[in-house]
Amino acid sequence: MKVQHDIVIVGAGLAGMRAVIAAAEKSKKLSIALISKTYPIRCHSVCAEGGTAAVMREGDSFDLHAWDTVKGSDFLADQDAVEFFVREMPKEILRLDNWGCPWSRTEDGLIAQRAFGGHSFNRTIFAADRTGFHEVHTLYERMLMYPNVIRYDEYFLTSLVIEDGKIKGLTAIELKTGDLILFEAKAVILATGGAGRLYGFTTYSHTVTGDGMAVAYRAGVPLKDMEFFQFHPTGLVPSGILMTEACRGEGGYLRNKDGERFMERYAPEKMELAPRDVVARAMWKEILEGRGIESEHGYYIALDLTHLGEEKINERLPLIRDAAIKFVGIDPVEEPIPVRPVAHYTMGGVHTNANCESPVKGLYAAGEAGCVSIHGANRLGSNSTAECLVFGRAAGEKAAEYVLNADYSHVSNEVYKAEESRIFDEILGKSGDENPYQLKKELNETMDKNLWIFRIEDELKEAVKKIKELKERFNNVEIVDKTKGFNTDLVYTFEVGYMLDLAEVVAIGALNRTESRGAHYRLDYPKRDDENWLKHTLAYYTPDGPRFEYIPVTITKWEPVERKY
Amino acid sequence: MDVEFRIRRFDGEKSYWQTFNIPVKRGMTVLEGLYYIKENLDGSLTFRASCRMAICGSCAVKINGKPRLACETQILEIGNSLEVEPLDNFKVIKDLVTDFEGFFKKHEAVKPYLIRKDDNYEEPVELIQSPKELHAYYDFTLCVKCGACYSVCPAAATRDDYLGPAAITAAYRFNADSRDEGEKIRLALVCGDNGVWRCHFAAECSEVCPKQIDPAKAVQKIRFKSAIETIKSIFR
Ligand SMILES: Cc1cc2nc3c(=O)[nH]c(=O)nc-3n(C[C@H](O)[C@H](O)[C@H](O)COP(=O)(O)OP(=O)(O)OC[C@H]3O[C@@H](n4cnc5c(N)ncnc54)[C@H](O)[C@@H]3O)c2cc1C
Ligand code: SF4
Ligand code: FES
Repeated sequence: MKVQHDIVIVGAGLAGMRAVIAAAEKSKKLSIALISKTYPIRCHSVCAEGGTAAVMREGDSFDLHAWDTVKGSDFLADQDAVEFFVREMPKEILRLDNWGCPWSRTEDGLIAQRAFGGHSFNRTIFAADRTGFHEVHTLYERMLMYPNVIRYDEYFLTSLVIEDGKIKGLTAIELKTGDLILFEAKAVILATGGAGRLYGFTTYSHTVTGDGMAVAYRAGVPLKDMEFFQFHPTGLVPSGILMTEACRGEGGYLRNKDGERFMERYAPEKMELAPRDVVARAMWKEILEGRGIESEHGYYIALDLTHLGEEKINERLPLIRDAAIKFVGIDPVEEPIPVRPVAHYTMGGVHTNANCESPVKGLYAAGEAGCVSIHGANRLGSNSTAECLVFGRAAGEKAAEYVLNADYSHVSNEVYKAEESRIFDEILGKSGDENPYQLKKELNETMDKNLWIFRIEDELKEAVKKIKELKERFNNVEIVDKTKGFNTDLVYTFEVGYMLDLAEVVAIGALNRTESRGAHYRLDYPKRDDENWLKHTLAYYTPDGPRFEYIPVTITKWEPVERKY
Repeated sequence: MDVEFRIRRFDGEKSYWQTFNIPVKRGMTVLEGLYYIKENLDGSLTFRASCRMAICGSCAVKINGKPRLACETQILEIGNSLEVEPLDNFKVIKDLVTDFEGFFKKHEAVKPYLIRKDDNYEEPVELIQSPKELHAYYDFTLCVKCGACYSVCPAAATRDDYLGPAAITAAYRFNADSRDEGEKIRLALVCGDNGVWRCHFAAECSEVCPKQIDPAKAVQKIRFKSAIETIKSIFR
């Protein structure tokens, strides 16, 4: 089956839905399709807890927000993109307000803001500790107002159709029926989110498997800076569910087994609110040096909120309290929460410029799937939901402008037939002696062990070897469920295939980068090396593994200096 | 400890029960149990899940007769034998996956978005809302659209065009928002033949809602408001 739309947006998270609204606002005549493998309000973005950064009040400034972001990124962010980002953010907050987002308020009814790590002003806007949830629902609800938006809920992207450097469309499986649908489009926006499930211990939803990145990569689009993966300091042990940074923003402490607030020794000024890479490394070091707290699920660090009092916890951190009670039986009002650093954010993504344009004409990427890059080697908390809003909008607008002057180009029936046969004959129909679940498990173990917070050559080499082995074995996977409709076994297998491609890029990229910058920390190269490595990594697909190129970082105002907190 | 999972399965044609025994540790959730089965025992088992932190609304299923979010339900709190079934009042697509399209359409039908005459996309302005005004509707924003309420609703069971508790809650959430100006429009939408007057006040919805939202209260409040509007219109 074939359908045609001016713009097809893949991914209904914050970035994708913001793109839809932006495009729909640009012209009522455009036909805009939104594809997502989950219902929109089931996207990963609903998990975002802490908040969204924007300059709103006296005392703060665009330059300060930009500087915090650039410094946080360990100078790998592109500063033109950062400057654009901070300037556009305040309006996004107001738009969400006007569309019904239940922002938390000050006593006089203004939009409230709180402290967040790495930000030198209390500029994080929030809706209790369910910020992402409310933002998603607000965008979803607003989106319902535009009659020219057609939703394809529970459709799964399998490939992009690119010819002569130009996007022509894509293919997706309609999950309910199992049919493959060809979407012809003048422009496509990828907003499929990050790749957190490469790791086993992660804050991410089960569905965050880097699909859009992997599909783009396979189609020849370069991925940027994939070796930079953020570890959030406070993942609940053992599930990895996020205990938001707002816990510390609201005044929570981190303590080791001696009860010591050890951040004193690592970041005496910012303490618990130093950027995530700094805090996560400090915690991991405490654990490695024997000052973690022992438990049946391994060593952990205590996140202590007990001094905040019940009222503040209920008002500002209700979800955290609820989750701690439900998932580990601990009430944070009474007892510290067991936490450990946890894989949390994909700084890298589909390579785009500051307009969200990829090297392929008509193909855009936004949100966590893209890499503009405003986060560089380490993103600040609250900057990611913000990025989704600003760059989701930018992508939607740019795509709309582009398609108003572009024509459809038809995709031949052969392309469709070939994809159909790849999926249903080669992948679903194949027999073999491997199962995707086992491969995923081994991948997760490798990532959690060899590509964790502290990296070193031998282990990275071992990881590259292991991932290659897993890719080999993937060719031998057999899917148990042979039926067509709602085949989650097939979807899972696709996802594992996507993740193996991405893992290889992450691992080799990390091995190549012989320096420490932001979240990428090499024990054998513990210093940042601006002379050789102040540059972005680009990975291109080849059948024998990624080919790497490097491009310069855009610097407008801020020359790299030593990063101290 | 081993726990027995009895799961009602459906392959598109026939429905049957299947039993799996799985090793369970303290802290393990029903969703983790389902994943255990899928990853180790039967890859064809089909269910929805995403966030595993009770916020995306994907994973509502019937567990020992009661609709709950699988991801926040501890296995050992239920016991050592579990029956897992798809939600009632929804058409089953496969195993535990049910068709939510109609449910979302009903939500859409109540115009669940802020309606304001001065809506200005290009130049938004900050609207003032006091914490008190926020609290007046905030609890009703917490609906994750899991469908648990709808699955136990006797009115929905008898009339499948009934809007249902979640959609009506959404209408109330906006009506009660101090920034909104669309109350009349929405009242007209939810007080029709398929709306609030169908509700039997069984209040089972409020009992099962995993977010403790009390959709029955939203229905009641809207009925009250609608009655007042009707009386007003008679005297107008
Ligand atoms: C627990 C947690 C808390 C966080 N808290 C914060 C915070 O407080 N502040 C902050 O700024 N950031 C936070 N972040 C980061 C932030 O939430 C994410 O970076 C952001 O929400 C990503 O949004 P997105 O729109 O890019 O993608 P997502 O929300 O992940 O959406 C991706 C969409 O793509 C669809 N999709 C994926 N693959 C396919 C496919 N193959 N076919 C079709 N559709 C597909 C999915 O269905 C989904 O609709 C947090 C992250 C986590 C893990
Ligand atoms: S009102 Fe409660 S039970 Fe009903 S859909 Fe919303 S969260 Fe689920
Ligand atoms: S998996 Fe999201 S609510 Fe259970």
